[in-house]
Amino acid sequence: MSSSVTTEKDTNLKSQAGKKRSQWGEVWRRLKKNHMAMIGLIIMIILILLAVFANQIADYEEVAIKQNTANRLQGPSRENWLGTDNFGRDIFARIIHGGRISLMVGVVAVGIAVLIGGTLGAIAGFYGGRVDNLIMRAMDIFLAIPSILLAIAIVTALGANLFNLMLAIGISSIPGYARIVRASVLTVKDQEFIEAARAIGASDFRIITKHIIPNALAPVIVQGTLGVATAILSTAGLSFIGLGVPKPRPEWGSMLSDGRTYLWEASHITTFPGLAIVITILALNLLGDGLRDALDPRLKQ
Amino acid sequence: MSDNILEIKDLVVHYITDEGVVEAVNGLNMTLKRGETLGLVGETGAGKTTTALSILRLVPNPPGKIISGEIHFDGENLLELSEEEMRSIRGNKISMIFQDPMTSLNPVMTVGEQIAEGIEIHQGLSTDEAMEKAHEMLELVGIPRERAIDYPHQFSGGMKQRVVIAIALACNPSLLIADEPTTALDVTIQAQVLELMRNLREEFNTAMILITHDLGIVAETCDKVAVMYAGEVIEYATLEQLFENPKHPYTIGLFGSIPSLEHDVERLKPIKGLMPDPTNLPSGCPFHPRCSHAQDICKERKPIVTNIEEGHMVKCLIYEGVIEAKEVL
Ligand SMILES: Nc1ncnc2c1ncn2[C@@H]1O[C@H](COP(=O)(O)OP(=O)(O)OP(=O)(O)O)[C@@H](O)[C@H]1O
Ligand code: SF4
Ligand SMILES: [Mg+2]
Repeated sequence: MSSSVTTEKDTNLKSQAGKKRSQWGEVWRRLKKNHMAMIGLIIMIILILLAVFANQIADYEEVAIKQNTANRLQGPSRENWLGTDNFGRDIFARIIHGGRISLMVGVVAVGIAVLIGGTLGAIAGFYGGRVDNLIMRAMDIFLAIPSILLAIAIVTALGANLFNLMLAIGISSIPGYARIVRASVLTVKDQEFIEAARAIGASDFRIITKHIIPNALAPVIVQGTLGVATAILSTAGLSFIGLGVPKPRPEWGSMLSDGRTYLWEASHITTFPGLAIVITILALNLLGDGLRDALDPRLKQ
Repeated sequence: MSDNILEIKDLVVHYITDEGVVEAVNGLNMTLKRGETLGLVGETGAGKTTTALSILRLVPNPPGKIISGEIHFDGENLLELSEEEMRSIRGNKISMIFQDPMTSLNPVMTVGEQIAEGIEIHQGLSTDEAMEKAHEMLELVGIPRERAIDYPHQFSGGMKQRVVIAIALACNPSLLIADEPTTALDVTIQAQVLELMRNLREEFNTAMILITHDLGIVAETCDKVAVMYAGEVIEYATLEQLFENPKHPYTIGLFGSIPSLEHDVERLKPIKGLMPDPTNLPSGCPFHPRCSHAQDICKERKPIVTNIEEGHMVKCLIYEGVIEAKEVL
């Protein structure tokens, strides 16, 4: 009896939710159908959870940092799931603490790039003309320098630490976002509904915030997701050549770098951080591609 | 208060592009009485949309520029108002319906929000009150109010155009400009949407400018007709006058046949030739390269307005008595 009541309520709620299905609800529904994207999303959620609860899972000072040379270069075992490195530190612990840094750098760097690049691109796209020319030519100059070189230059100039790393990677990817947002704003700006909004008396501010930005967001989301992957890769690259996070802080790239001397005797030292990088990049790319597919039909409509 | 809601005088609008100056509107004159419907017809590129956008002062700038002229709406010259005063007129006193309902709605806002937007801007109502009015407007155009929370892609083309009409009429404007409101719809839906527009227009006593290629729609809907060619109104008349007694060779060509005295009824081919290049308009009468009555003087002398009878005006040298028609018109 009571169960039948609840199911009735449930279906009621469901049909209502179905009706209220928003644009983003649609996107989510399409994304859910894409298995590869869902795998990517699940992996990312696990990685994020591991990073957030890294301290609860393995103590930073005791397990990830403290050297224990007696226990060095051990293969995977019950105590050390992924073995130990050349200083006898637990690789699993170092990977999840390293993941923290990777994800943080990825997200913050992309955040900086989207904020600055996006604003510049939006201004260029919306106002056009000379402003557009000025901004985009500056971006072109920026783009002529390979972004990893630019990041290296910035880190070398400012000094290697976490904050400068995020800044360097963020700044070096500004032009990419400026271009995307500009292109996106340009296509949206010329659509009839913008003119229709003007025709009902909407102000510039209203048009930008209510009509242009929400419609120009999709490609930025896709690019942002893929951008986090690139940023993680850049972080690893910079750390590999010693321009990343200072030791002994664990970072995937520097773990790879440290392990390469032991490639033959203890290949797990490099294999696992390498795998961590590969899996994260793969997951983000799967998710990004899925998002692109899920968002695209909306744009076509 | 004059009974003309709209008076356009000598309007000139150019698009200044790299390829040259497009003379989209060239000294256009037009009047519209309160509550009346005016059909604005003409080939593609005649400058119909540009005229409509000029009234709202929404000609894209750059490249477009209103060079000269006056547009009096309700006794006020719109071209002298500030941008802010203009904003308070758009969507409030003058509304516009665009050609394609598929693209004139914002895909990420519910239709309710979009109808409420204009009401919020102009009537200073709270979001809830505006939404309540939006629901009423939806019902008025024959869509259940429950659908206010749906997004445009969940509607068919005809329903979208109804939503667009609801947006346009939400603030009860005194002038509605509809730019080919039904060309994107299939024929049965066209009829329904036109019917709806006719009814609502009558109910609210809204004056309307209906832009179209379709003389059939004009015949069913309009009180007055203005025929545009190369940025000018070359013939202006009441519906009866124009359909029973078209004067301008171009208008006659539009109807597809010219009755002739020599032969019983001779069907003539549709107007030969193409619209002139708007960056390089012909001298004299802009229609002369295509006109079967054209004589040398037509290349030099620009026709002025001739009154055929009360309310029927035409721009052609034949009626100025300068030249003789080759056949009786
Ligand atoms: N943004 C623009 N830039 C340059 N030229 C333009 C622009 N908009 C319109 N034109 C030109 O101005 C002229 C008039 O165009 P308009 O759109 O007013 O014609 P129309 O009568 O509405 O035609 P249609 O029936 O195809 O809608 C055309 O020659 C057109 O090419
Ligand atoms: S003025 Fe001359 S060219 Fe122009 S429509 Fe009249 S007859 Fe034809
Ligand atoms: Mg047009």
